[in-house]
Amino acid sequence: MIVAKQKPLSELTAMLDGYRNVLAVGCGTCVTVCFAGGVKEVGILASALRMARRLDGEPMSVAETTVQRQCEAEYIAPLAEGLDEFDAVLSLGCGVGVQTLAERFPGKRVLPALDTAFMGLPTEQGVWEERCQGCGHCVLDITGGICPVSRCAKQLMNGPCGGSQGGMCEVDTDTPCAWQLIWERLAGQGLADRLLEIQPPRDWSTSRDGGPRRIVRDDLRLPPAEDV
Amino acid sequence: MTATETPFEPRIVAFCCRHCAYAAADLAGTSRLAYPPALKIVELPCTGRVDVLELLRTFEDGVDGLLVAGCLPGRCHYLAGNLHARQRVDYARRWLEDIGLEGERLRMINLSAAMGAQFAELATEMAETIKDLGPSPLGTRQTAGQGLSIGSTPLPGEAVHDHGDGR
Repeated sequence: MIVAKQKPLSELTAMLDGYRNVLAVGCGTCVTVCFAGGVKEVGILASALRMARRLDGEPMSVAETTVQRQCEAEYIAPLAEGLDEFDAVLSLGCGVGVQTLAERFPGKRVLPALDTAFMGLPTEQGVWEERCQGCGHCVLDITGGICPVSRCAKQLMNGPCGGSQGGMCEVDTDTPCAWQLIWERLAGQGLADRLLEIQPPRDWSTSRDGGPRRIVRDDLRLPPAEDV
Repeated sequence: MTATETPFEPRIVAFCCRHCAYAAADLAGTSRLAYPPALKIVELPCTGRVDVLELLRTFEDGVDGLLVAGCLPGRCHYLAGNLHARQRVDYARRWLEDIGLEGERLRMINLSAAMGAQFAELATEMAETIKDLGPSPLGTRQTAGQGLSIGSTPLPGEAVHDHGDGR
């Protein structure tokens, strides 16, 4: 899932300075599951903002709604009705949700309430950890299902660096060394010898280095209107 | 703010667990122990039912103080509901402070059903704390007629989500 966290209230009140009537829009998918931007978090944040602004002597109306999926145009289309009455839209979606709203409603100020952090999973209740950076060329088959791109601070591809100490990373002693984990996983599967194969330098053009990425599936695109 | 001659009587809501604090409040009553009349008790099946959203909306509605009263640690009827409640109360207090309200307006206490005297004592103590802090600046005294739904404009054709369990 995409994991996000709410921005500090002080940052949001500064961002919303001058606005009097705001629509807070949550998202029913990833940010609901990580408790950052679902129905309940929209309610909490909206209530907090209303109270903060009343205390500042600048009351602000904050309406609340949550769409099932903020990152797809058809799910946010119903928001168009009645949007004129709001000065701004405060999105509790991930960065993709914010941009989907901004693209769909270009005349409207769309502001982010969350800081989108990473793609990850909950390791225990209330704790989320990064597991994927969307590098565009998955190597999990080689590394025993443990990602060195997202879990190794140096994104090393051929074993640990000298900073691996007692199985932990020198960057943060609470963080396991990804390569220690990879070694243990593959050794446990009797496949440690596979690590002897040297991985060549990676082609990072599939990652952020290649600029914004795009996937096109011709089999899924709608036929041109003139052909229908 | 409208000037008023009557002394400040804090409005305090107490979310009380049915298995302990609610019974303790009852015991205080039947034992003829006085506690502040402005304390409004809301019975809950367990303080684990308490949600940050409800805590904040209660303050938004203008109460001066809020007490969450659960079982003694280790004695929760549902094992850990009171511990969850304490975490949520701590979290909600941080929200209140960020908003600009005093965190002391929200407090969690732990009691057994037999602790009627302690309930009366803690409720009185809470009332004294709130009297010292003064009325909530969000109180409906200044904004009469505006309650839970203040500022909450439903989107045309779409209901504002209910205030309850929205998970």
